[in-house]
Amino acid sequence: MNDLNTLTRTWSGTHGTEPFGEIDLRLTDTCLRDGSHHKRHQFTATEVHDIVEALDSSGIPVIEVTHGDGLGGSSFNYGFSRTPEQELIRIAAETAKRAKIAFLMLPGVGTKDDIRAAQDNGGQICRIATHCTEADTSIQHFGLARELGLETVGFLMMSHTQAPEVLAKQARIMVDAGCQCVYVVDSAGALIMEQTADRVAAVVAEIGDQADVGFHGHENLALGVANTVAAARAGATQIDGSVRRFGAGAGNTPLEAFIGVCDKLGWRTGVDFLQIVDASEDVIKPAMPEECELNRMTLMMGYAGVYSSFLKHAGNAAERYGVSGAKILLEAGRRKLIGGQEDQLIDIALLLKAEQDKQAANA
Amino acid sequence: MTENKLTAAIVGPGNIGTDLMYKLMRSEVVEPRWMIGVDPASEGLKLAAAQGLEASHEGVDWLLKQDVLPDLIFEATSAYVHREYAPRYEEAGIRAVDLTPAAIGPAVIPPVNGETHVDAMNVNMITCGGQATIPMVAAVSRVAPVSYAEIVASVSSMSAGPGTRANIDEFTRTTSAGVRDIGGATEGKAIIILNPAEPPMIMRDTIFCAADPDADRDAIIASVHAMEKAVQEYVPGYRLLQEPQLDEPSAATRGALKVSIFVEVEGAGDFLPPYAGNLDIMTAAAARVGDNIARSILAGGTK
Repeated sequence: MNDLNTLTRTWSGTHGTEPFGEIDLRLTDTCLRDGSHHKRHQFTATEVHDIVEALDSSGIPVIEVTHGDGLGGSSFNYGFSRTPEQELIRIAAETAKRAKIAFLMLPGVGTKDDIRAAQDNGGQICRIATHCTEADTSIQHFGLARELGLETVGFLMMSHTQAPEVLAKQARIMVDAGCQCVYVVDSAGALIMEQTADRVAAVVAEIGDQADVGFHGHENLALGVANTVAAARAGATQIDGSVRRFGAGAGNTPLEAFIGVCDKLGWRTGVDFLQIVDASEDVIKPAMPEECELNRMTLMMGYAGVYSSFLKHAGNAAERYGVSGAKILLEAGRRKLIGGQEDQLIDIALLLKAEQDKQAANA
Repeated sequence: MTENKLTAAIVGPGNIGTDLMYKLMRSEVVEPRWMIGVDPASEGLKLAAAQGLEASHEGVDWLLKQDVLPDLIFEATSAYVHREYAPRYEEAGIRAVDLTPAAIGPAVIPPVNGETHVDAMNVNMITCGGQATIPMVAAVSRVAPVSYAEIVASVSSMSAGPGTRANIDEFTRTTSAGVRDIGGATEGKAIIILNPAEPPMIMRDTIFCAADPDADRDAIIASVHAMEKAVQEYVPGYRLLQEPQLDEPSAATRGALKVSIFVEVEGAGDFLPPYAGNLDIMTAAAARVGDNIARSILAGGTK
């Protein structure tokens, strides 16, 4: 029992990431970024203020706030933001007393100018996400972020598509560019525990002496907490989740549940379980358009390995053209689409519609 | 100038430069005579020599020392290199067609403003994503006011070289400026995705335009189809994947008529594989711009 509960590494802030109390794992809540997908990017200033206040007072050390697709994500392709993300970052930074505010950017969507603006608005941690084979597109952004004195995190998205050794090499590129923590990101919620552990362990072996390793999970196969426990045992010391799963697809690792599990395992997170559970019911739930649920669409994403934020867009296209949303997602998986290619879901819907019309004509 | 052709040097014997060579060899008005690199082991230099070009690994310094200079230089190196050498080309009276994102001269998209800058000493080809999408933004904006246009370019990871990867911000910035300035949208945005799928995906681009709510719908659709044909004149593998989609004004379209255009760009396969339509459309557009410049000069303009 003790062996299982012992962590191979604990977060200590020794890789240039500032310490925050005596904790083993450093948690980042991402409901104000990943949850932006579920919210169709319609967060209001009041909701952001209230959520940050609740998370911050519970002891969550890092809160991520950005359009779901990162800085500059407000667009036809990903959905327009109701409130400009830079304004939301500023409100979050003004509200948080202890927590640091993180923001996400995807090279190819956002630019260095967006990073500068986010820092001006109080963002302190710059998280840069690439598809897990394209880390070299992030080099200039890590360079800038470090130059600006920001803490840096790298996201290897869709990690289920690549072998552990490939991820390790990509993590190396990010760390050499100035990244202080590389996350294995299960964007499709498609990883099973052993696969998570193998990937995290490979990244730790490659960069562990120079940087932290993190894990970001999704619930599409209902394995968010289980995968995150496996990741922590394999050496991940920074952990993402969203209270009440408030995230893309079937949502993220439910952070309040993971915090409870950590309490049971004796892993210190610095977060008060009772307070975070109250925050979940009293503050997060009212801000959610609906709960993040396992249904035929979200299950399909985990099953077919589809980027979680395609959910709402596939639903829109299915409704617009009168075709099956689940079939759109299956085809997206077959085409090996990656994060950012939301536009292709419309093309898929149109092809399904043409097929459907043809069958109807023949019937 | 030899008889009825302008002479050209290609600087940068990489994938782009080599593919461009094969395209220029088919030109009726441009003769590729030099291929210039800096690495003696370059495969592109060997291929150029085998095609009868004078191939040198001693760089632009060597080229500019020759007794006979080219009329045209096609720059297929990097923005950094081109910024350094462009003034020397101009000093030597050599016209430059710039395939890097250096953006020194005016930007050219052949079916939109291909004839406008034939007298400029330096013209820029923007980016691959720009060449593939700006014609469609222009197709909409020439028949309806476009307050905002957004393009999403998806290319195979295999076709994105180290230059693109290291400078992805330059891609988004240069392309969005082109969407605005040449595409004719009041505001422009560009997104690029590198997809590593095997087998490699053919370049795909989506163009979203926020058009005037009262725009003539039929005119937009006809204009988009006409533009497809105009681009096909120099990139035969450029095609609409779907009929243009019109979404009537709503809160989701921020009150505009949303026009969505889906294209695929399959390359000619001269040197680059057909999936790399993003690179093919650059070299094909550059060759076409070279032809336009040559025709203008040969028709009696000054050199």
